[in-house]
Parts: sequence; C-alpha cells; structure tokens
Amino acid sequence: MASAKQVKQLDRVIVRFAGDSGDGMQLTGDRFTSESASFGNDLSTLPNFPAEIRAPQGTLHGVSSFQVHFADHDILTPGDAPDVLVAMNPAALRANLGDLPKGATIIVDTHDFTARNLTKAGYTDNPLDGDDLAEYQVHPVDLTGMTVAAVKEFGLSRKDAARAKNMFALGLVSWMYGRPTEGTEEFLAKRFAKVPDIRDANITAFRTGWNFGETTEAFVVSYEVKPAPMAPGTYRNITGNLALAYGLVAAGVQSGLPVFLGSYPITPASDVLHELSKHKDLGVTTYQAEDEIAGVGAALGASFAGHLGVTTTSGPGLALKSETIGLAVMTELPLLVVDVQRGGPSTGLPTKTEQADLLQAMYGRNGESPVPVVAPQSPGDCFDAALEAARIAITYRTPVLLLSDGMIANGSEPWRIPETDDLPAIDPAFATGPNEGDAFMPYLRDAETLARPWAVPGTAGLEHRIGGLEKGDGHGNISYDPANHDFMVRTRQAKVDRVADSLPPLEVDDPTGEAKVLVVGWGSTYGPIGAACRRVRRAGGHVAQVHLRHLNPFPKDLGEILARYDKVLVPEMNLGQLSTLLRAKYLVDAIGYNHVRGLPLKAAELAEAIGELVASADGVELDLSGAGHVTRDADPSGPATPVTQEATR
Amino acid sequence: MTTDLGIPAARTGTDGVPALDPDAPKQTGKEFTSDQEVRWCPGCGDYAVLKAVQSFLPDLGLRRENIAFVSGIGCSSRFPYYLDTYGMHSIHGRAPAIATGLATAREDLSVWVVTGDGDALSIGGNHLIHALRRNVNMTILLFNNRIYGLTKGQYSPTSEAGKVTKSTPMGSVDHPFNPISLALGAEGTFVARTIDSDRKHLTSVLSAAAAHRGTSLVEIYQNCPIFNDGAFDAIKDRDTKDEAIIPLVHGEQIRFGTPGEDGLGPKGLVRTAAGGVEVVEVSDVDAADLLVHDAHTDDPTTAFAISRLTDAGYLHRAPIGIFRSVERPTYDDQARAQVDLAQGERTGSRDDRLASLIGGGDTWTVV
Repeated sequence: MASAKQVKQLDRVIVRFAGDSGDGMQLTGDRFTSESASFGNDLSTLPNFPAEIRAPQGTLHGVSSFQVHFADHDILTPGDAPDVLVAMNPAALRANLGDLPKGATIIVDTHDFTARNLTKAGYTDNPLDGDDLAEYQVHPVDLTGMTVAAVKEFGLSRKDAARAKNMFALGLVSWMYGRPTEGTEEFLAKRFAKVPDIRDANITAFRTGWNFGETTEAFVVSYEVKPAPMAPGTYRNITGNLALAYGLVAAGVQSGLPVFLGSYPITPASDVLHELSKHKDLGVTTYQAEDEIAGVGAALGASFAGHLGVTTTSGPGLALKSETIGLAVMTELPLLVVDVQRGGPSTGLPTKTEQADLLQAMYGRNGESPVPVVAPQSPGDCFDAALEAARIAITYRTPVLLLSDGMIANGSEPWRIPETDDLPAIDPAFATGPNEGDAFMPYLRDAETLARPWAVPGTAGLEHRIGGLEKGDGHGNISYDPANHDFMVRTRQAKVDRVADSLPPLEVDDPTGEAKVLVVGWGSTYGPIGAACRRVRRAGGHVAQVHLRHLNPFPKDLGEILARYDKVLVPEMNLGQLSTLLRAKYLVDAIGYNHVRGLPLKAAELAEAIGELVASADGVELDLSGAGHVTRDADPSGPATPVTQEATR
Repeated sequence: MTTDLGIPAARTGTDGVPALDPDAPKQTGKEFTSDQEVRWCPGCGDYAVLKAVQSFLPDLGLRRENIAFVSGIGCSSRFPYYLDTYGMHSIHGRAPAIATGLATAREDLSVWVVTGDGDALSIGGNHLIHALRRNVNMTILLFNNRIYGLTKGQYSPTSEAGKVTKSTPMGSVDHPFNPISLALGAEGTFVARTIDSDRKHLTSVLSAAAAHRGTSLVEIYQNCPIFNDGAFDAIKDRDTKDEAIIPLVHGEQIRFGTPGEDGLGPKGLVRTAAGGVEVVEVSDVDAADLLVHDAHTDDPTTAFAISRLTDAGYLHRAPIGIFRSVERPTYDDQARAQVDLAQGERTGSRDDRLASLIGGGDTWTVV
C-alpha cells in the first residue's frame, strides 16, 4: 500500500538510465522526461549513446544512457553526477559507476549479471556479491525475469517479452518519484497500435514495475519533487534539434519565404532534416543531396531563386561546404548554415558534444570571407537562435553560421511556447525594379546595412549575373581592378560588422555589482557556467557572467564590458577558441577553462575554477565544498544522494 | 517500406515557364547578348556555341527573365556572363548541385548548366550523375575539349590514354570517360552529342534538349585551339567526316561513310551476338538486320552499345545525335507535387499552422 510507505520531499534529483544500445534506454529516458515535464518540474536532459547502432551486446562499447535532472526550481544543467543509476547489465554498471557519488542509489537488473556478461564487461567477480558497492544503496532486482512473468499472457516470444524490461524499469522509477503515468500509457498505446500484443506487454510491464515499487519491501521510501515555479505560459519539453527545426519553419513563415533545406545525413544534425521533411504543408522543401557539397549548393541555388536556403550539418560536413559558403559570401545571397557540432577532428566523436568548430566557422574559408556566427545556449533557445540567424542572413544578404552542438541538439528542457504574434517579422525586400535610373545595379548597397539587392529570376528587367569572381562595385561585373578588390574586401567585412548595429546590449549577470571576475561563454556551456556561478555566489563570492549569442560580429558593448573586470574566464569545450578571438580583438588577458571530453562541462569542477579566480581577485577564501548546505542547489553536485537530501522547505 | 507516390501526371516540355505573349514582338539574339566583352581565345569553339545559343534562345519563346544559366569553373563556364539572362558563375564542379536547388525551387524557370569535361566529369562527377539519376529539369551543355584549358593544358578525364601534356610528360596513364556512356549508365533521360562547328546540328539538338522535361545532357565536341588543337579534326574535316561521324536520327537506319548514289552511307550497324553493335558494310548484310535508331525506347542498352563506337583514343569516329530521349517523372516536379499535396490538405493560415506546430505535443500550462 502506498500509504504504508514514507514519502520524502526532495528539491531535485538526477536519474540516469543505462543499458545496452538495444535496451531502449533513450526511449525510457525520453518517457521519464515527458512525465517529469508534464508534472511541472524544471528539467534538463543528457542523452549519451555510442556511434555504433548495435555495438556488441553486453560490452562497454555498447552502453547507452540517458540522464534526467528534474527539480522544483530553475535548473541549468543535466547534472554532473546521478543520484540514481538504473543499470540494465554489468557493462552499464561498470561504465557509469565512476560518475556516481557515494550513497547514490543503484538499481540493477540481476538477470543480466551472468558469468558471460560479467566477463564481457570486464568483471572477474560479480560486483553485486562483494563489498565493491558497499558505499552505494544497491537494489538488485530481476527486472527481466519479472517482466517476462508479467507479460506471459500475451504469448510473446521470450525475446520479445524481455524487451519490455525497460518499461518495467520506467514504471519502478516512476513510482519512486511519483511521476504521472497517463502520458506513457498513451504513448505506448499509440506507438504499438499496430501490434496489440507488444502494446499490451509494454503497458503491463510499465504498470507491473510501478506496482512492484509500491508493494516490495525493497523500496521503503518514495520521493516527491514538487513542480517548479515557472513564468506563466504554455510549455512543452523540447530538444535542441526540434526547436531548431521549428525555428527554421518559423523563419520561413515570418519572412514569407518558402524554406529549402539541402542536407546530407550526419550525426548529430540529421534529426533536423527528419523533422523538416514532415512540414511540407508549411512551405518547406527538403532535399537529401548526394553529398554535403550538393546540400549546400542546392540551398544556395534555392536562395538565388528567392527561397530561404538552409543546409544542416556537423563539423566534417562544414569542412566540405566551405567553398560554397565562400561563394555565398561573394554572391551575397542569404544562406543559413547549421553546424550541430560534435567531437573532432576528422570523424572524431560523432555522438558526443564539443564546441571546437568556432574557428572553422569564423575562418574556415579561403580569402577574406567574413560570415556572421550565431549560437544557441540551450535546447529551447535553438528556436530563437534560428530565427535570429535567418534575420541576419536575409537582412544582410549573407551566409550565416548557426553553431549548435550535440549536447543541446539531443538534450531537452521545458520550453515556453512563444505566441506567433510575438515573433519578429523578417522582410526579404526583394528588388522589384531598376535602382539607378533605368539600370539595375546588383551590387548597389543599402546605406544602412550595406546589403545588396536580392533580385530573383523571373523579375523582368533585373536580369544579371553573379558568381565567384570578384565583383565590380555597384555594377557587379567581373573586375580585376586592384583598388576595387581592396574596396570590395573591406566592404564585405564592413557589411558583416554592421550586423552589430542591430544587436541589443549584452545582459551581464552581476547581481552584486561587485564582481572582479567575469565569466564569458557561448553556446551550450550556458548551463554549466550559470550553475557554477550560482555555486560561487552561494559561497559568498562575487562573479559576473555574460553569454554571447553573436560570435561574429561581437556585440558593440563587449569590449567595454570586458574592460570593466580584472579577470576574464572563458570556459569552453575546446582548447580556447573564443578566448583566442577575444584576445585578438580586445587585447584582453582571457583565461581559458577548457575540457574536450565529449561531455558537457561539469558545473562543480567549473565552480572550483571560478572560485579560485574569485578568491585571488578579491583576496578572500571561498569554500565551495559544502554545496549540500544549500537546499536550492542549482547544480548537480549537491548532497551525495537524495535519500539524505530532504528538502528543508 | 515504399509508398505509392501518387504524383499527378507528369508535366511535359517547358510547362510552367512563362512564355512570351504571342502578340509581343519576337525576341532577338541581341536581346540575349549581355554588354560584357567575350574573353575566350581567338578561334575557340566556345564562340560558335555562344553564338548558336544566343540566336536560338529567342526561338524558345520563353520570357528572358525566366531563363537562368548556371556554370561551374573552366573556360566554358564564363558562358553566363555573355547572356543577358539570369546567371550564376559558380564554383568548380558544383553547377548541377546549385541548378538542382534552383530548378526545384522554381518551376517557372528554364534552367541551363554550362560545364566542361574537367568541371562535369572530374571534380563535379558526383553531382552530374546524381542530377541525371534524379532527372532534375535542366539542360546541361557539356563542352568537351578533352583538355584542361583554363589551367593551361593538363590532361582531362576525357583525354586519350598516352596523351602528353604539362602534367603527363611521359603520357597519361588515365583511362578516359566516355561522357555519353556515363550519362546513359546514370539513366539520363536525354543524352545527345553534337559538334561546335555544326551550327545546324547544334541548334537542332539544343532545341530538342530544351524541350525535354528532365535532365538533358548534351556533349558538345569543342575545339581548344591553344592546348588541344585538332582533337576533333577527323569529324570536322570535309574529307574525313563522312567516315568519322555516325549520325543518329530517330526512326532512321544508322548509315555512314561516303554516300553512294542513294545518298546513304555504305556502312551501317548491326547487333552482335554478344549484345553490342558493330559496324558493317551494308552490302554484306541483310538490309532487315541494319539497326534503325530508336531514341525513345525505354531500355538504354542499345543506346549504350552505340555510344561504345566512340574512339577512346584519338578520335577517328563517333556517333553524333540524340542517343536517348525518354520520358520519366522529374525530381523537381515530384518534390513540388509533394509540397503541393501537403499544402492542399492544410487548413488555416500559415501563421495558424505554425502556432499549432510549435504548440503541439505534450504541453502544460502555468498560470
């Protein structure tokens, strides 16, 4: 009976589901996320999976995991260290154990702890038998066995029956945290509508898992994490790739242009192609090209035709697209280039995150080839960033690089759905007639933006030729004139620099106004940096944070802001690419904080680095060790385990 | 899983491209000529093709602003600058990719690609074969001079083996492409070959290519007087051309060689037991066995066999004309039809549909 069990309050929990690539851990995590979202928690997720589709079963290579951080307050990261690990096999346990703090809860599927699987995972002895896990709260449960028994009535093969074990696990963890279950049942009913036996088995496994938690003596406590206060509005949970795709659709609607996506499948960007291919009714054409170059080439051709040309890729694809982006710079046509960054160089770490393409985006072309660069800071923010990138591309007739990354592409968070009336209008302002007497000058510029006219084929009287050879100022014919080239190179740069005129002032988060240390970030490090700054502030330190959406050009007030602080720290998932740019442009002694592990920065570690800098700048001592003393801890490295982390509110 | 595309009947010819008002004065070649000075070498075959295109474009009866030329890099790729239409001189090898976006985005455009043997068959080979396979509505003029001209004389993917050039002082060891065979292998729906110096043939082939819906590939033998002069002398020289050119005319017997009293050549083609075709003396075979050219047959096998009669080495003999011209739904028509189909099922404004898209899924409201 539920009433017989104790319910404890928690302010936040991090759960990680881990299993074999084929165990359905991404789906399980996704469902748990949806349950938490509909319950009203703030949340942040971190899917983590191998590049191999089905790596050898039971091996460390094949471990796939999904981490969900949910809270009764505003949180910024998916969390450094899980409070709860669900391990479906020995490999999942071994691969994730190192991330767990002492006291963490571990639920293992004992069924898979066979001699063979233990050997595959590199265990000589069963860790469940000895003292290896003494520091954790281990719950050995025969998830597979109980699942198979529970779904017996549906007459599935043993293999199919066992496949529902992820839903058993989901049911159990859903019970532990009082998650609503209707959404998952509806989801399963819909997903397996065509195979009633599988549908019923999954729903039964899910319910059985829940009931097991409620009745077994093994779990004596369940937990409650109350909804988080959020700004009024309608919310949904959204991944970065989905938000980015929606942003592109919205950019088409807001500009009145059809959207043309030319793309080639690449991890982790393919989901944007998949999503956009579903929205033809909104005027979106998707073209799966023969290669990356053809993808961007077709997009540029569509831009020439008067569509919003878009291409989506990751780092290796961006390298291949460089020459065409250069052509877009020269022809001064709007073009959106989305790079969902992954670990590099070369093929690197396809399914892991990194932000090491910034300099490629900035400089990865021949000649003086400036391109505006925009980066989203969180999954939901991908929507706004895509709209902003489109605004710049269309207004300034230029290719724009949009730098997302694997973490925000696959990660999710609650997103307040914007009112479409509030979205910015984008005016394509096509050329409709001559612009100098009776003549049409394709390279005559707008005085404010320096943009050239966008005259699309089909417009009588504006026939003109563009191309990769240097253009003569105004008339746009081929010109080898030295002075003209110098002028045009400077003008293309000046045009990109003019984008800064349209940017709002930066928002510096410096609550006390006494900070001497400024932390500057860009892209997906927003969460870890924000969480780390909160920790430092809770320990009494003063630190300021500014996060850049625009990497090229930089906002006009950035130089002045940097000059205000004694120390500037730049945390990045690369070896210091933004800090290189800041040093070059502002002669600021930017200090790097750099990790390239294919994973998000850990807030606790970053807080230590910020804390040290703050301590030396202010001549004080900061003790960051006791994060647990703050109940409303916004970062993941709080108390060791939720069992002891009862809310005091 | 596959699905019936349910695409409406294929459109034909230049359907969708606005035509001139029938009462409007006829356009002239001059109107299609831009104010830019033509900068090819004296004697270059490109001049003849440009002139032919400038004078035949008005005959299409299409609005000039609805014609777009896209080129890559190379001597011939300067072509768009000299035509007063919309144009883009793009980057090396990529013109078919860019033209695919242009053609897919806009049914109302007549899209042309101008490319060369290096541009189309070397650096841009991938885009060429994929455009052909997709059958995107564009006309590709492939100027084949069998040499790299703009980079000053290296061998190209159509140069004959053994060719001595700046980059192959001991002779090229590369085996050349036969562009027609390649295009047929990629299932091109319109594949033809013509010669820069034969204005009449060039114009007739280009007219047919322009009228074809889908990807039309026209290989144009084009002489480079600077780096590969005389490459096509055998088929151009008055004394040798009758023996060198195998003319392909749909529905007619394929005959060549110095014409006899009946005006027909003494040589013809017959099928071989191995499935190919071979040249025979007409007098040696039963007249019923002589091959009659059928460009419209769906099976490209015979067209391919005929294409193999082209010399791979120095050119002494080549079939000229339209090898294949068949109807197949085009990529761009089908892609647009899918968008139209989806839009036909919509309700509400684009704005409302955006709102329901982003507001879909599982949502919750905070008051």
